[in-house]
Amino acid sequence: MKPSAFVHHAPCSVDEAIAILAEVGHDAKVLAGGQSLIPILNMRLSAPGHLVDINRIGGLDAVEVTPDGVHIGALVRHAQLERHVGAFAHLPLLRQALVNVAHPVIRNRGTTVGSIAHADPSGEMPAVLALTEGYVDVDSSRGTRRVSAADFFLGPLESCLEEDEMATRASFGRFPAGTGTAFAESTRRHGDYALAGVAAAVMVDDGLITSARVSFVSVTPTPGVLDLGQLFAGIAPEDCDWAGAAELAREHVDPDSDIHASAEYRRMLVGVLTARVLAEAAGNATANTAATAGASVNTSGPGV
Amino acid sequence: MGEMTQRDLTQSDLTQAEAEPLLEITLRVNGVMHSASAPARRLLSDFLRHDLRLTGTHVGCEHGVCGACTVLMDGTPMRSCLMFAVTAQDHEITTVEGLAGSVDGTGPLAMSPVQQAFIECHGLQCGFCTPGFLTTITAYLHENSEPTEAEAREAISGNLCRCTGYQNIVRSVLRAAEISRERGVGA
Amino acid sequence: MTTKLFGAPVQRREDPRLVTGNGRYLDDLGQGALAAAFVRSPFAHARILDIDVTAAIEIPGVVAIYTHEDLDGRTGERLPLLIPHPSLTNPMTAYCLAREVVKHVGEAVVMVVATDRYVAEDACERIKVDYEQLPVVVGLEASRAAGKLVHAEAPGNVSAHMVQEVGDTAAAIAAAPHRMTLSLQIERSASMPMEGKGVYARWDSAEQSIRMYSSTQTSTGVRAAVAAKLGMALVKVECIAPDVGGGFGVKILHPWPEEVLIPWAARRLDAEVKWVEDRREHFISSAHERAQLQDVEVGFDDVGRVLGLSVTFWHDNGAYTPYGIIVPIITSTQLLGPYKLGAYRVEFFSMYTNTVMVTPYRGAGRPQGVYAMERTMDAIADYLGLDRTDVRSANFIQVADMPYDHGLLFQDGRPLIYDSGDFPASLAKLKALVGWDDFSAYRAKAELAGRKVGLGIGCYVEGTGVGPYEGGHIQIETSGRVNVSTGLTSQGQGHQTVFAQIVADELGVPIDDVFVTTGDTRRFAYAVGTFASRAAVMSGNAIALAARNVREKALRIAGEALEVDPGDLEIVDGIVRVKGDYESSIALATVAVLSNPLRYAFDESAKAATQFVGTGNADLSRPPVAEGDEPGLEGKDYYSPPRATFANGMHAAIVETDPETAEITILRYCVVHDCGRMINPMIVEGQVHGGVAQGVGGALYERMVYDEAGQLLNASFMDFLMPYATEVPHIETDHLETPSPLNPLGIKGAGEAGTIPVSAVIASAIEDAEGFPITSMPISPDELWNLRRQHAEGIIPDLRRGSRSVGTTTETAQTAPPAPTNPPAPTAPIV
Repeated sequence: MKPSAFVHHAPCSVDEAIAILAEVGHDAKVLAGGQSLIPILNMRLSAPGHLVDINRIGGLDAVEVTPDGVHIGALVRHAQLERHVGAFAHLPLLRQALVNVAHPVIRNRGTTVGSIAHADPSGEMPAVLALTEGYVDVDSSRGTRRVSAADFFLGPLESCLEEDEMATRASFGRFPAGTGTAFAESTRRHGDYALAGVAAAVMVDDGLITSARVSFVSVTPTPGVLDLGQLFAGIAPEDCDWAGAAELAREHVDPDSDIHASAEYRRMLVGVLTARVLAEAAGNATANTAATAGASVNTSGPGV
Repeated sequence: MGEMTQRDLTQSDLTQAEAEPLLEITLRVNGVMHSASAPARRLLSDFLRHDLRLTGTHVGCEHGVCGACTVLMDGTPMRSCLMFAVTAQDHEITTVEGLAGSVDGTGPLAMSPVQQAFIECHGLQCGFCTPGFLTTITAYLHENSEPTEAEAREAISGNLCRCTGYQNIVRSVLRAAEISRERGVGA
Repeated sequence: MTTKLFGAPVQRREDPRLVTGNGRYLDDLGQGALAAAFVRSPFAHARILDIDVTAAIEIPGVVAIYTHEDLDGRTGERLPLLIPHPSLTNPMTAYCLAREVVKHVGEAVVMVVATDRYVAEDACERIKVDYEQLPVVVGLEASRAAGKLVHAEAPGNVSAHMVQEVGDTAAAIAAAPHRMTLSLQIERSASMPMEGKGVYARWDSAEQSIRMYSSTQTSTGVRAAVAAKLGMALVKVECIAPDVGGGFGVKILHPWPEEVLIPWAARRLDAEVKWVEDRREHFISSAHERAQLQDVEVGFDDVGRVLGLSVTFWHDNGAYTPYGIIVPIITSTQLLGPYKLGAYRVEFFSMYTNTVMVTPYRGAGRPQGVYAMERTMDAIADYLGLDRTDVRSANFIQVADMPYDHGLLFQDGRPLIYDSGDFPASLAKLKALVGWDDFSAYRAKAELAGRKVGLGIGCYVEGTGVGPYEGGHIQIETSGRVNVSTGLTSQGQGHQTVFAQIVADELGVPIDDVFVTTGDTRRFAYAVGTFASRAAVMSGNAIALAARNVREKALRIAGEALEVDPGDLEIVDGIVRVKGDYESSIALATVAVLSNPLRYAFDESAKAATQFVGTGNADLSRPPVAEGDEPGLEGKDYYSPPRATFANGMHAAIVETDPETAEITILRYCVVHDCGRMINPMIVEGQVHGGVAQGVGGALYERMVYDEAGQLLNASFMDFLMPYATEVPHIETDHLETPSPLNPLGIKGAGEAGTIPVSAVIASAIEDAEGFPITSMPISPDELWNLRRQHAEGIIPDLRRGSRSVGTTTETAQTAPPAPTNPPAPTAPIV
């Protein structure tokens, strides 16, 4: 299974990269981590005439933590973001989700921005981008534009990126103080694509829930957010009946059937997982009473 | 179907204009610089195996799932079937051939703790998946030198083996950690 | 040093080479060879209208393109039917390159030879083949219905129909106090070794000979087939199996089309040619196995003794039958397991479908047979409200019954006679290991915590070491090096170690002096192959016998040299010495020198053997090489058993099913295994582990999914789910050794044991957890969840015992809090 021939471009700057894309973007793919792209090329499911290999571009591998979020360049590998202490402190959901992305060795090379740009409905990070109301910075010779998560994903494997555009940065929004998060997915084997996955963010203020939102993996064509606030606002987490949320979540999603699981089964999983992660997120919110920019204790991190 | 004539051709002329352009690719593998000409699309796995004749790294699927092709790039395990050799140029690659502790010009190769552990624990049968496990585990033990049994099993859960049922590979991970401690060295 | 190596967990001699990246697998060879690739049919059933290669020829680096029309001589004929059988009335084999019609997705149509594989695939992409699609038959139900035919020559899509019966089964069932029927189903999986197939051939135009390498389980088989197909003398073809990255059965079929085409192309082009199968090719053009539909009717008495058992099954053999009907025959005979039944009738239909063909995969029909028998045993126990082990015990063949003749013919055409085995003892060990009698208490505790757990069991008997023969050759060089060769092959079983252990013990030499070669027709030309758990039994015994021949000769020559009776001599650490008088000794190396009278002294040790330097009282009236003797210290022998020797085993598993998501976790997996005497217990255990892992894969994860058009939907490792380490449980093993009375070493085969009963065991355990019958395997959480719904709606009945907790009050689980995500630690310690 060998890929078709292509012209290899190795730009050393974003400007160079977008200049190349301006010329050959109609028949090109951007290569960052390659963990999704190269299998496709090896199987000849796609045969672009040009590959714009951005791995030489400096300055794209930074993780920046600011008061309003976690910002990552296009060459930040999943593993790098997963281990980033500052990112974990500010937005534990990143690591909670990342440990579910494929296998560690894939995460060593695959990039989070690349995974977002790939827009696979089974991708975990698009769902996190959506839940954190993040955005993507997109560059081309025509300039830079900032696209919100809500507008970035058009359909399964379809992002809003034009042929001559390249995603250079993704920004995950930061949750307000008092928010707890959790992530869970169900797979057939360890490291497989999720049959269904749910990310949750629950905010607790003075012992009562003020916000509860979830996003989904593998069961919607594009990542979206379900706001469950009206169900739980003003209720203490220990008094919440999460089953109601499960029902709403099941109604909200639109899973497909495939050889691994039927749509109905996935829908059932969504309900089960939604209830679980909401409870867990609420529990984490309660534990995170101190909501400063310092390291917060999050009990649903990996290995716990 | 019409009359098919025999298409038994002699070697075609490889004119530069028609043939695929070759790149001069230089790669540091196991501490040694290697150079070879290959097209841009040459996967790192094939470049190592065929252009550099380092056949220790194996190819099981070419879509990143089985892990037999795993090599270390700057000490970090990655799938060589999901990289192009041209992209890997700026990095230091370690393959299974580079894991042994030392090469004695006259005597046998000293085994690294991981290699030694595999031998002691019967961690391989056909040996085809083994290089991918060895590199992965070598890197893992640098990060976590005292894994529990559960951690060891999790650490190897991205590589497929069809022969061993994994049990002895898990034991090999634990034994490798032990050997490292005995030798007072890293994995 | 007199430690016996037979029975010791000797570290493998293969390993230092393999762990340092110095293996030599097929694709490691022939670095300068041309590369072949194939255009394979994208359709499951189609007529080939036209093949247009013009766009491909232009590609630089393309050397040749071939279709069926180019295949001259016998290469253009169909591939051989390797194992004919009177019941196989409508066999069909393929052409090396499709001729006029294709019968499954993946069938080879065009071969491209180019400077490398990348270029060859480019060329394949540009070749345009026009097809006219024809009706497609997928799955046993469609095949049975026979609305469409796979082959016009096979009416009803039946390749073979066979009945075997012992006793009057219909009468026995009718007269039985109780009767029951079951309908069962197993789906397709495949061997799926980590290394695919591969062939590398060199044509020597001066010698007009071929040397080929193939990732095969039978180099002698490939050699013979290739010589026949290429119209060459056998002596002009050599075949070597290099290091092989797993076989598990799929590499026993021969010749694969590529095994013919690559040497043919090498000869045609006067070049080295190599083909290395990629993963997608392996999925769609090698072989699968396991799919069967089974109908069982059983009559039994009040203690569960089977008075009559009638099994009818339909076996999916795919599009072609080159390996004959070995797999369903093995199902038919090995179904009986460790039991003596009153009357037994088995009927099967082997069916064509437009899918990849079916040839043996580890277990080779036994898993399906065991599945039918063990599901039946569980069903009988449920019906009668008896313990599942008590029902099995009531049916066991006892030690006193051995040898036990079932009155059937086995896969080797010989009587199915169990030679030895102690089934009650195996069962007792298994029950102790898994804690069978404590399970009710364990389950009660789990149910209080809202968890669903179940215990399952499966027993099997495995005919191993089938003939016709294997051979061994031993040669001791003047350096003391011992060369051992046998013709069968290795794919990770540690033959270079276990056979060396045998020789080291038999001869009395250090194991480091012993070097074993397998699978090389240049070194040993008579062999059958590695399959059916036969290598240790067949080659192990042949090599032992050969070693005894050499030892006898060595002692005779040493006796003459030392002037003692050979009976007073022993060999220890490569030294032949008089027992009790170690001063009187001679090195085996020197004996080797003496065995070969020379005219010329090549080196110091050769000097000792030249004609003027005789041993003390050389009788000059006798010739240097005595009549009937041969120069050199060599021995050769063969082992050819009258019939197979029967290993056995029993497995038990404790599973947990998630009450909400129906996810299935194996908490414990226990194996009791009897393969007679074990040459290397570490290697035997490794074989069991690997087999269990494949069994778990086949029970819970692996299934070939074809759509109605005959497209294989999961032709990649992403979607064909082989288990990782996280999916395979820790395996607890215990052993029993009932030596085989049939061979000198007393050993039985072990290679397939781990795989055979696993689907039956897991089905048994899930059924026990859920309280309703499980009849179809493999099973996914989605499928289990669906069965639960059907059960709740009354479509699927309860198990007769009703509550899952036998003997306790019910309704404990429903009001309990939801189960934790991670089940508590299992009761057995994790080693």
